[in-house]
Amino acid sequence: MRADGATMAPADRSTGPAGLLAEVSPSGWTTLDEHRRRHPAPPTPTSTPRVDLVDLVRRSGLGGRGGAGFPTGEKLRAVASRPGPRTVVVNASEGEPASAKDRLLLARAPHLVLDGALLAAAAVGAETVVVAVDRAHARALEGVRRAVVERRAEAARIDVRVAAPPSRYVAGESSALVRWIDGGPAKPTGAPAHTGGAGGVGGRPTLVQNVETLAHLAQIVRYGPAWFTATGTAAEPGTTLVTVSGAVARPCVTEVPWGMPIEELLGRAGGPTGQTQALLVGGFSGAWVPVPSALGAPYSRAGLASFGAAPGAGVVVALPEGACGLAETARVLQWFAEESAGQCGPCVRGLPAVAGAMASLEWDGSPDAVARLRRWADDIEGRGGCGHPDGAVTLLRSALDVFAVDLRRHGQGTPCAGAGRPPVLDVPAAGTEWR
Amino acid sequence: MRTARRYRLRVDPIGCDGHAVCAELLPEWIRLDDWGYPIVRAEIVPPELLDHARWAVANCPALALRLEPVTPEAQVR
Repeated sequence: MRADGATMAPADRSTGPAGLLAEVSPSGWTTLDEHRRRHPAPPTPTSTPRVDLVDLVRRSGLGGRGGAGFPTGEKLRAVASRPGPRTVVVNASEGEPASAKDRLLLARAPHLVLDGALLAAAAVGAETVVVAVDRAHARALEGVRRAVVERRAEAARIDVRVAAPPSRYVAGESSALVRWIDGGPAKPTGAPAHTGGAGGVGGRPTLVQNVETLAHLAQIVRYGPAWFTATGTAAEPGTTLVTVSGAVARPCVTEVPWGMPIEELLGRAGGPTGQTQALLVGGFSGAWVPVPSALGAPYSRAGLASFGAAPGAGVVVALPEGACGLAETARVLQWFAEESAGQCGPCVRGLPAVAGAMASLEWDGSPDAVARLRRWADDIEGRGGCGHPDGAVTLLRSALDVFAVDLRRHGQGTPCAGAGRPPVLDVPAAGTEWR
Repeated sequence: MRTARRYRLRVDPIGCDGHAVCAELLPEWIRLDDWGYPIVRAEIVPPELLDHARWAVANCPALALRLEPVTPEAQVR
């Protein structure tokens, strides 16, 4: 299990007064009173004049911040259109090891998230909210539990409970999370659950939504879609949280408008501490992008797509010159293999195979070895019951492209410059529990 | 004009145990990866292979192979 305190990055607070991080108190925890002094009460469906919450969120163009970026308004509409009872699940698994934004929000600004969860529940007509926080994230759990107690004094029509799913990467996949809430193992079922149908909690329509997404939703309902779309790009409005780490001066969680040049984003974390050779973008299931060519690219889905990358869970890790990107990738692939739910052949057998082959590239970068690795990547892709093996494959392919020069050197027997150096990526031990 | 229904073969990856019976019965459409698990072509199964495809489905020991009708909208994928 990961230690929560060690991975909780400080927040860079250069954000507007309505920004998510403005609510993160530098010292500790924002109480309900402080929260309400800071922000006006958001309208609800029963406010006058009447507000259509789903329409409001749709007009904001808010996309999900858990990784896939699915339009939040469409998810709300889909769940609301199905017969109840309905449930909202706040997905605070944040199994992505290089991400700390969601646990930061829950630990320090939980009322913003609870606002969003309750508004989402009102929007879809849900009676129950389950806040599911990775059980290793002690401070996030404590923050949200205190916040729920603070609100308990108020007459509530919506039941809010906090649950602590096991610390496993795939436990955050929506069907796995729902399966665990229903008493099963936190393993994907192969049927999408995030917009509910029969795959939701108790077989009922269920909205599974990421923590940061709900915090944005609360501010959109308060300050309006026009306020939200005033920042970011036309296609990707608003701000987004990014966890910046690796070889930067001040690793932190920062809030940036979509489209900010990546170099400027690194500046939020004090800039690189030396020469940077590549960035890991999106997370462990993200992609390596080359430096300096990617530095001018806008940080957005569109801007990263030209590098074969995506914002994912909002992660940027700077890899310094001298580190071995192939060795770093091999360690992450080994972690992917150990985090498999063990259900699908291509994942169970394929991931250890690519992890081992990647590790052996450190001394054998022969064209045959590389070709076999690429063939395995092609064979594994799209053949799991969830996106877990695809995440590993995306990372693997990007490593073969971005670290092509190192591959050639290794193939010629030149010693790796990164050999014997401490690793850059903080790869946690795999989880041990499924229930 | 009524057209014949079209089908695609799908493996349920969680259900599949890698018995590999399908690849033996329908080598034109199913090959095995290096670990013995089936890789099924995503295209619509040609009419001349449909009977063989049904036979492969019926003989999967894990009941993990399915022949799914393709709706006109879904055919692009």
